Amino acid sequence: MADVSLTKLHKSFDRTEAVCGIDLEIADNEFVVLVGPSGCGKSTTLRMIAGLEEITKGDIRIGGELVNDVPPKDRDIAMVFQNYALYPHMTVFQNMSFGLRLRKYPKKEIQRRVEDAAEVLGISELLQRRPKQLSGGQRQRVAMGRAIVRNPRVFLFDEPLSNLDAKLRQQMRIEIKRVHQHLNTTTVYVTHDQVEAMTLADRVVVMNNGLIEQVGTPGELYHQPRTHFVAGFIGSPAMNFLDCKLERNSGNLEVKLGDMLTLQVPADRGSRYEPYVGRGLVFGIRPEHVHEKRAGEDAFAEVMVNFIEPLGMETMVYFTINGVELCGRVSPEADPRPGQTISLTIDIGKMHLIESETNLVL
Amino acid sequence: MTNIVRNNGALSALLGSKTSLHTNRRWALFASYACLIVFVIFFLCPPFYMLVTSLKTNAEIANLATNPWLIEQGITTEHYTHLLTETAFLTYFKNTVIVATFVVAITMVISVLAAYALSRLSFWGSGVIATGVFLVYLVPDSLLFIPLFKIVGGLGLLNSYWVLVLVYPTLTVPFCTWIMIGYFASIPKELDEAALIDGANHMQMLLKVFIPVALPGLIAATIFAFTVSWASFLYPLAFIYSDNQMVLTVGTVTTLIKGDVFHWGGLMAGALLAAAPPVILYAFLMDYYISGLTSGATKG
Amino acid sequence: MTVSGVSRDFPKPHPSIRGGAFYLWFRRRSTIAVMMCFPLLALITCLVAYPFAYSIYLSMLNKAETAFVGFGNFLFLFKRETFWLVVQQSILFALVAVIFKALIGFIAAHAVNTIPSKGQRKWRGMMLVPWVIPPALSTLGWWWLFEPTYSAFNWLLEEFAVPAVPWLSDVFWARFSVILVNVWVGAPFFLIMYLAALKSIPEELYEAASIDGASAWQKLVHVTLPMMRNIIAITILFSIIVTFANFDIVRVLTQGGPRNSTHLFSTYAFRVGIESGDIPLGAAVSLFMFPALAILAFVILRNVRQRTVSI
Repeated sequence: MADVSLTKLHKSFDRTEAVCGIDLEIADNEFVVLVGPSGCGKSTTLRMIAGLEEITKGDIRIGGELVNDVPPKDRDIAMVFQNYALYPHMTVFQNMSFGLRLRKYPKKEIQRRVEDAAEVLGISELLQRRPKQLSGGQRQRVAMGRAIVRNPRVFLFDEPLSNLDAKLRQQMRIEIKRVHQHLNTTTVYVTHDQVEAMTLADRVVVMNNGLIEQVGTPGELYHQPRTHFVAGFIGSPAMNFLDCKLERNSGNLEVKLGDMLTLQVPADRGSRYEPYVGRGLVFGIRPEHVHEKRAGEDAFAEVMVNFIEPLGMETMVYFTINGVELCGRVSPEADPRPGQTISLTIDIGKMHLIESETNLVL
Repeated sequence: MTNIVRNNGALSALLGSKTSLHTNRRWALFASYACLIVFVIFFLCPPFYMLVTSLKTNAEIANLATNPWLIEQGITTEHYTHLLTETAFLTYFKNTVIVATFVVAITMVISVLAAYALSRLSFWGSGVIATGVFLVYLVPDSLLFIPLFKIVGGLGLLNSYWVLVLVYPTLTVPFCTWIMIGYFASIPKELDEAALIDGANHMQMLLKVFIPVALPGLIAATIFAFTVSWASFLYPLAFIYSDNQMVLTVGTVTTLIKGDVFHWGGLMAGALLAAAPPVILYAFLMDYYISGLTSGATKG
Repeated sequence: MTVSGVSRDFPKPHPSIRGGAFYLWFRRRSTIAVMMCFPLLALITCLVAYPFAYSIYLSMLNKAETAFVGFGNFLFLFKRETFWLVVQQSILFALVAVIFKALIGFIAAHAVNTIPSKGQRKWRGMMLVPWVIPPALSTLGWWWLFEPTYSAFNWLLEEFAVPAVPWLSDVFWARFSVILVNVWVGAPFFLIMYLAALKSIPEELYEAASIDGASAWQKLVHVTLPMMRNIIAITILFSIIVTFANFDIVRVLTQGGPRNSTHLFSTYAFRVGIESGDIPLGAAVSLFMFPALAILAFVILRNVRQRTVSI
């Protein structure tokens, strides 16, 4: 068990900078997920923690000890790879025990640890099989087993579920969570899938272009995104964005979306937005906060439905405002049809305003 | 009405195309088998004729009236027993085995080490070396046998089969290195990273991960090295002249030809026996042999 | 020496410098790599590069290797009719043999690929036999087939009332024979390569072509050949090198005769250099192969590079 700390971490490949100086403190026993689009530097960061990539600048500490120059095997970490990286010529038992055998653990100890880990993962019957004879999910378990038997200070996961189909991915997500609750080992997990990030993480680190956009609990990221990028990246379907202007109208603040639409800013946000009156801003609202007008509510807009995505318990509707395609979520009872005009309301309390220049959420 | 006619037309066109597809396929099959039979006769007729001759009595070989392609006056193994008991054939065989064993061992050690370094531990100049290896592979033995003749003469190794152990690796190592680079390169990088995290050093990585995973490639390379060292003709012909140092190819071709007029039976028996080890090896390991050849050549 | 060269690239860092241990580790990695390559480099340097340079030196000496004669040996060869015969025969031999090997290999590969996959291994296995027998030994069998008195081929021809052919004693037929044997030995290599290439063409392409209405011939021209272009090119270039430098077949079958009409560079170099003892002249003959080989190697390398880039 150990905490991990990254200080001003840089990594450049030739001339391109993959990681541009990030700081991150990962507490002992914490499950931290690095998430971001491909090429954002999340995998590189993980590989630097593992010792598989040389650090260009900055420091990495594991358990307080500076490990910049410590080779991977001496960092006391274990890693699960995207394609599992199981040794094809070894049985499951040999795969899981390889690290222990190289470290010359006593036979009995190896046996005990492998069996314990296999028990935890439910792969006890597979120990004599070879990777080729296993399904994707089983391979994934073996890869995790190989990490567990070492009982390392830190677990590193590099997109471990992206080669699995949707259903298995969900199962394994639960499995990973269960294993973490059982072992309580510090875990750094890289994924491009925000659902994985949100469901697994104690804290999520959103990265973009080699920088950390925001660090926070899943709830914080969803409700209080710090930047335009995070607001758009977290949540599915993505948040709607519209250019807008903030204006004062007889003491109240109003958001003007184009010429047609005007929204009242909730009173409690008044002081927050006050300094930005007259500035070009971006208005953001999540699809789940745009819904059909119910009795007693004010309509936000009358829109024509472009097309719909019925999902069963809800229906997503797509429509255009000011030339931007937006998305809303209505109840299936509203039964929208393409071409139909419907009235929508928005949950104005859930709106976000983003300053265009800085990309920061206000 | 027109509708029906059109449908009919379409139907008959469909049927027609179906039957023609079928007949096309049958014609293609027929032509393929015809070609294959012709080719197989062409490819197998010399070894077949060698076998027939080696089992005939000298009298029948000498008899111009009989069908040379058949054994009509009884099978005899006298050529084989004569070969094994009265000639130096077994000495050649022993020498060839020694040479081939050493060459295979030396080749595999050199090329596996180099291929590992070139495919995984990229260092300054590794690209140049890899290209160089490929170019050396294209250097034929007939380009260098004269200077090598002088060089091994200077080393006092002329007329000893150890000289073959020294020079054959120049023919085997480049190709074996090249195909091992290909096989090693096809091992996913994550596998070495996993091994690195598991605590393997370079030697353990090579011995416990790379070699087992690339075993098919290793077998292919071994077969290649063995076949080359078994079949090579020019170097032993140029460097070796004593009977007790001779290897099979040259020994069979030069020494066995001596003797009485009807040496053909013995000569064919010798050629067949000398060719047997690579042919048998090939019969069992054909797929490795082919995969090595194609991967080596397609990658290079 | 190379090893110390590398360690010089990475000066020992002062222990207090942060990152020192990493460099130490890195240096070790690079040093190990060079050490692993060392046997290979030593082999190539001592037994390929040095002999090649030595061969150039040798070719500029007189027969007794006592005096430096510059390009004398080369100029001497230019004046010899036999040498021009060798040049002509080497080119003819390589080109004709490779064309037929490629053709037979292509047809055979197609035929194997057409029949049901259950029987493919068996047929392929039989057709690869010539490739596995050491060529010097199989050529012995051919020699016996061509033997003037007992030729089994002539026996067959006589069965069909065709006059006997002087296989190895007539200039034309001797050239024909060495090429025939070379084709026999080398065609299986083309078969293997082309079969592998054929198998790697995705079936969907043929299905798409069928739907687009392509005939069998059009499929061959528009799908098969373009997909195999690279492999065909590499295999042919490669085979030209091997055929051009061939030694075993001519040496066993004709020893260069009749009247030096079947000598290749290699057999002629052997005759002149080893058998007649004029090592410098033999070296000069061998070296004449080099420009052709170098050009071919260059073209192959470019092909291979393009291939790897396109992948």
